[in-house]
Amino acid sequence: MSRLFVILTLGMVALFVISLVVGPAQIGPVDSLVALVAGDGSPLTLIMREIRLPRAILAVLIGGGLGLSGAALQGYLRNPLAEPGLIGVSSTAALGAVVAIHAGLAASLSLGLPLAALAGALIGVFLVLGFAGSQGGSLTLILAGIAMSALAGALTSLVLNLSPNPFAASEIVFWMMGSLADRSIVHVWLLLPFAFVGAALLVSQARGLDALTLGEDAAQTMGINLSRLRLVLVVGVACIVGGSTAVAGAIGFVGLVVPHILRPFVGAQPSRLLWASGLGGAIMLQAADIAVRVILPERDLKLGVVTALVGAPLFLHLIYKTRRGLA
Amino acid sequence: MSVLSLKDFSVTLRDRSIFEGVTLDIQPGEFVGLIGPNGAGKTTLMRAALGLIASEGDSSLAGLSAQARARAVAWMPQAREIAWPIPVENLVALGTQARGGAADTDATDVAMARMGLEPFRGRAASRLSGGEQARALIARALAQDTPLLMADEPIAGLDPAHQISTMSVFAELAQEGRAALVSLHDLGLAARHCTRLILLAEGGVMADGMPEAVLTPDNMARAFGVSVWHGQTDDGPVFQPLEVL
Repeated sequence: MSRLFVILTLGMVALFVISLVVGPAQIGPVDSLVALVAGDGSPLTLIMREIRLPRAILAVLIGGGLGLSGAALQGYLRNPLAEPGLIGVSSTAALGAVVAIHAGLAASLSLGLPLAALAGALIGVFLVLGFAGSQGGSLTLILAGIAMSALAGALTSLVLNLSPNPFAASEIVFWMMGSLADRSIVHVWLLLPFAFVGAALLVSQARGLDALTLGEDAAQTMGINLSRLRLVLVVGVACIVGGSTAVAGAIGFVGLVVPHILRPFVGAQPSRLLWASGLGGAIMLQAADIAVRVILPERDLKLGVVTALVGAPLFLHLIYKTRRGLA
Repeated sequence: MSVLSLKDFSVTLRDRSIFEGVTLDIQPGEFVGLIGPNGAGKTTLMRAALGLIASEGDSSLAGLSAQARARAVAWMPQAREIAWPIPVENLVALGTQARGGAADTDATDVAMARMGLEPFRGRAASRLSGGEQARALIARALAQDTPLLMADEPIAGLDPAHQISTMSVFAELAQEGRAALVSLHDLGLAARHCTRLILLAEGGVMADGMPEAVLTPDNMARAFGVSVWHGQTDDGPVFQPLEVL
């Protein structure tokens, strides 16, 4: 367990450094790191501090948050197919952002888009919790989440449908593909409280997730208050997913694939999978964000596209392995 | 000081009364077998007594907070759910963590030894056979180290040797001053190992007492609709259902 922790942490730090030295501005790796620390007001320092550093930090926060959320939801639902989007909050956050783009709020106000997305996430989590009820089990939560995703998806399509011109529509479509390009340190400050509160809430439920391995009845008699666990979990995932979507758009597959890959390395224990998936998610998203910049530097390749392109085949491979294991 | 006390205890599910007016006390040192025909409400009685489903009347466990209940009783549901392939050792350790602290390796080892699980220590629990899983889950409940252990059909699906050894473990717990409330269908094993039987039938407690006093031909005919052969050996009583009446 500790060896895995060391390996994942080293991987995350290494990718963080690589992420800082890769970009369209042709700067040597040593020069860029020196410029980052020097802080002499040169253009180089500006590039490092205003463009690359926020981007690298956001990749760690969002990737880590999505991995952690996926592990927590899979543990709660006792289902390896669960992912952070399941509770519908990513869809309502996206709807908030799309409405902001459509209404011109995103163009007129520098933080208009992320704030509108956070508002969408907030409304979404209240509606999901309201419909799922405080006493309901996991089934009502899934159903409420699916319904909310469908509704938000339909409304997003409606906004696209009614968009005044093709440019507005394409702006919306490109935003929805997810990206970390051109984000500033302000975005980091915006996401940071949500990421930390969300992570703290999810990690606090580690013991409950372990107990749920034996089913809801057994967990309840092992000192776990299931209604409270569900509430804390939904709010925690909503903080992370809402904040991440607001800052970077929709990024799929990280929360689904990362816990799946790491599960065998932590003895399948849900509590240990939480931190492992947090680190693993940070690694996966940083790698994807580096790939975006390296593979097609002159075309604006979207991060969400790359995570899905890598994640889906990886997931198919895992299904194949699982099938062989069952046979 | 009883470990479970029910007073005028009733459960109604979807306007259908499952049982009414159940009053009973379980004391430390008792190994109580809960018997009765299918659908008599054995599982419902235990889940309601734990406070997992709504009930009327009083149960000494139902009003406790989740943490206090975890120190008062360990529960092994009939559905043997193990969602992830976690090692048997870690699964049993979950029982020690239910008391609120960190995992206790000594208590885990004791519980594993009791259920003969050492050979399976590092094996993925969800990939064991049904009977092995049942033993791991019983060990998990034992590791919770509570005054009362409640189990719903814990020996269903076990081979004869493990049925007998599991019943012996429950009997040992009782001799050590703890108590067990266990539902089961094997009247012979119930008669040989339990210190007391509660027969749940016709919407309430039909009989409650020493096995010989509960397993009378009359009660067996009324509750199960079967005739029973009753013999006495040096080792204790033997009950064998013979035919449907």
